[in-house]
Amino acid sequence: MSQYNLALCLPELALFGVMAVLFVQSLTPDGSKRCLCWLPYGGLATIAAALIGMGDSGSLFYGAYQIDALSQFFKLAVAVGFTIAALNAANPPQLDAAKKPDFYFFLAASAWGLMLLASCVECVTIYVALEISSYSLYAVVPLRAKERQAAEAGVKYILFGAVATAIALYGLSYLWGSHGTTYLAVLAGKDFSLAGAPLAAVGLAMFLCGMFYKLALFPFHFWAPDVYQGSANETSAFIATLPKLGAAVVLVRFAALLTPGLEVTLLLAVLGAISMTYGNLAALAQRDIKRLLGYSSVAHAGYLMLGLVSGTAEGLAAASFYALVYILMNLAIFWVLCRLAPDGKNVALEDLDGLSRREPVLALVLAVSAFALVGLPPTAGFMGKLMLLKSAWGHGYNWLVIVAVLNTAIAIYYYLSLVRHAYTHDADDVPAGSVKRPMGDLVWGLALAVVLLVMGTMPGAIFDLATAAGHAVMP
Amino acid sequence: MLAAFPYLTNLIFLPIVGAIALMVLRVDDTAARFITLCIGIVETLLALTLLGGFALGDAGWQFVELHPWMPAAGLTYHLAVDGLSLFMVVLSAVLLPLCTLCSWTYISKRVKEFHVCLLLMTGACVGVFVAMDLVLFYIFWEAMLVPMYLLIAVWGGPRRRYASIKFFLYTLAGSTLLLAAIVALYVHEGTFSIPALMQGDYAFDFQCWIFLAMALAFAIKVPMFPFHTWLPAAHVEAPSAGSVLLASVLLKMGTYGFLRFCIGLTPAAADHYAPLMLAISVASILYGGFVALGQQDMKKLIAYSSVAHMGFVTLGIFVFTQAGVEGALMVMLNHGIVTGALFMMVGAIYERSHSREITQNMGLGKHLPAFMGFFGLFALASLGFPGLNSFVGELLVLIGAFEFNTWLGMAGIPGAMLAAAYMLRLGLKMAYGQPASPAGKGWGDLNLREWTYLLPLAFLTLYLGIAPGLALKVVTPSVEKLLTDYRAKVHMTMQAKAVPTSPALAKLDAHLAGKTQGEVR
Repeated sequence: MSQYNLALCLPELALFGVMAVLFVQSLTPDGSKRCLCWLPYGGLATIAAALIGMGDSGSLFYGAYQIDALSQFFKLAVAVGFTIAALNAANPPQLDAAKKPDFYFFLAASAWGLMLLASCVECVTIYVALEISSYSLYAVVPLRAKERQAAEAGVKYILFGAVATAIALYGLSYLWGSHGTTYLAVLAGKDFSLAGAPLAAVGLAMFLCGMFYKLALFPFHFWAPDVYQGSANETSAFIATLPKLGAAVVLVRFAALLTPGLEVTLLLAVLGAISMTYGNLAALAQRDIKRLLGYSSVAHAGYLMLGLVSGTAEGLAAASFYALVYILMNLAIFWVLCRLAPDGKNVALEDLDGLSRREPVLALVLAVSAFALVGLPPTAGFMGKLMLLKSAWGHGYNWLVIVAVLNTAIAIYYYLSLVRHAYTHDADDVPAGSVKRPMGDLVWGLALAVVLLVMGTMPGAIFDLATAAGHAVMP
Repeated sequence: MLAAFPYLTNLIFLPIVGAIALMVLRVDDTAARFITLCIGIVETLLALTLLGGFALGDAGWQFVELHPWMPAAGLTYHLAVDGLSLFMVVLSAVLLPLCTLCSWTYISKRVKEFHVCLLLMTGACVGVFVAMDLVLFYIFWEAMLVPMYLLIAVWGGPRRRYASIKFFLYTLAGSTLLLAAIVALYVHEGTFSIPALMQGDYAFDFQCWIFLAMALAFAIKVPMFPFHTWLPAAHVEAPSAGSVLLASVLLKMGTYGFLRFCIGLTPAAADHYAPLMLAISVASILYGGFVALGQQDMKKLIAYSSVAHMGFVTLGIFVFTQAGVEGALMVMLNHGIVTGALFMMVGAIYERSHSREITQNMGLGKHLPAFMGFFGLFALASLGFPGLNSFVGELLVLIGAFEFNTWLGMAGIPGAMLAAAYMLRLGLKMAYGQPASPAGKGWGDLNLREWTYLLPLAFLTLYLGIAPGLALKVVTPSVEKLLTDYRAKVHMTMQAKAVPTSPALAKLDAHLAGKTQGEVR
């Protein structure tokens, strides 16, 4: 088979096509820049391409690029996420019309990098794909340039990103030095214990730092609340969701190298436990909702570790499923936030007061996504969490399961306060149903909420895909 | 046997689908009330058909519905009822139309949303009692929190936010460990099916951990002293219908959990921790009774009396005798009827006086004779007056307690006396007290709507008090089966572990041996 059978790369090519059109549009004179109404269709085409490529498998570029159930699952997730994020960012309020194609181009480029990341099975390729997805985001974060916070967020994001990837690269050199290969397939058979191959163990841990940064896992989480708060709502919606998918897929691939009880696995579990607890406790005190979601994403990164440390295909499937559920829940809640801030300002808890009177549909979407993020049935968040807990119990990480369920109890408080402000605090000056909102806004929001509920009650089909993905890396 | 007509699915999803329809439809307030009432009547009829179709004397699962749901994850859509759950299902269904009626004029803002919450609550409550898959059970168990939270938080009294958050956090924090226990059971046995898990053989230590995790969730829900603090706040702040559902159905989920899971799945641990649970039960009875005695707020008084009554239920459960467990089930049913009715009546008088203080609602005997007549009936029933329904259950529980240990039985007696004290005090003051203001004259007596929702409850109170035989026929076979299985499994686990038999088990052995001899004779 050819090393360059590009028919296997349909989703990447489709997204690349979207990128190319956006690139051309960003070069054209101002008049033609405004019409970006085709973008959602471009996103749909990418989803279609990802669906067509669902059953593909193969290997490209001398084994550095693998097409399997795992990669296709994540590519579909990226395509769906990108489309929703693009829909959500239609008309970002704080952006000049002239900058719009550039904005979307960067988002598409980042999503493209994440798609590549889903297929990379060689460390240097992973590194390159990671940087593709990161650099475009570095450019997007400070686009809200008029505010001081945005500049701060941009600098923080770049500096933290640079440090994290530098550590990752340094770790890669150790990994390469001790085992003489950068191919995951070969590394899988090697020793990663501190006693047997200390350099390799340390190198692996350091290489994973790059992914921890993307995932906002403790101790690489410091950027998350500040960047979420500082960047525009629409940008935060993207940064809070899609990059997590890329990190998750690489971690799933690496987790297949690890066996439970190994020092590196234990490190993942400990970091996961600290992440959950720290993220949840810090979120309790937040008033700015994006900051709150920033800390909560630190906690969710911790939950993901439950699936990775178990060392079973079920665990990896659960982690993949949860990553998908997580981006859907977060996109749904950001959908509401972006709708509530037509001027592009950050939304505080108090701004939700009386939402159920003003805009019952948005309040409902907010409630469903908040309860999904808690992990309350019958939402997708519950199913995802159940799978994670199930996979970790009985594999030496029962303590992590207990930590996770106790953390759910902490998390309820701040997610509930979102619902509480929307439903029980009345803003007296706004009469019921006073806001006229375009139908499309409500329909898409409701659709996201319905998807969360349906995936909570009938997750069978998607979980089967995730299971196939899990078995692809760990038969 | 598999049911020909999916009664249970219909009982769960009729109100849920109704709620979604109500949410989508553009209807005015009155239409929303009528739609909910109609759904409630259909739901009640369905429940009564279920009751009629229940095979008496059969201890097994009935009306079973079993469908694959998520085979990859080991989940099944599995519903069934037996003698332990049947009455709770029927009670949840019957209360829906009654709650709609008692909120007819009480709720005037956001009427449609209120009824959506009411319908969702009913569906989820029925689901909790019929789920035969642990995950399905947990889904309904948690799903019910959201509408209840909204009922308190949106339509409640002045401190509704505090009360609703306390309710939500308490119960959810408790049930997170329940989730961990469910996962642990799954990993141990490879299934979420409750009947299958009941066949399992678990090591003693494992059982203890599972028991503790589950018991915490159930004890908070019941609520047992000292986990009861959310209850008075929630009860006082909730609207009448919310209080009714809370007292009549929600609290029973905890005791149902004890029966179904703590005894059914972890019998040896239940046996081991029985002394602790009994001590807490007695503490709940005495504490609830004493605190109720000192209340000036009618709702608070009834709320604390619920703590005491639920203490009787757990007392009956953890003595592990036929009489005790049967009594516990009867108290569960009767407390649901009587306390629900009392809360409805408090709501009715609140609509007239706009106060729940006893002092503001005195001297009603002269002006509102029908109201006081009903109130007197339910108050007498609540204190366990012979001939009314609660008497049967409390008597059986006390018999069970005496069978277990004379001292334990003696400890339960003051509870019954306290109940008489606080209920009679309330009833007497309301009927004959010197009214604070002459306002009572202007209040109308019960209207047709109020008669409509009180009469069925009064009928049940009298019927179950005079002829409890039919109700006992439903529960007896299931209780026998539960206790026989329990005993066999405890012996098995104890032998494996070489743990000495507890006094409770010895009593049960002796009891069952005596019964067998009696049958031989």
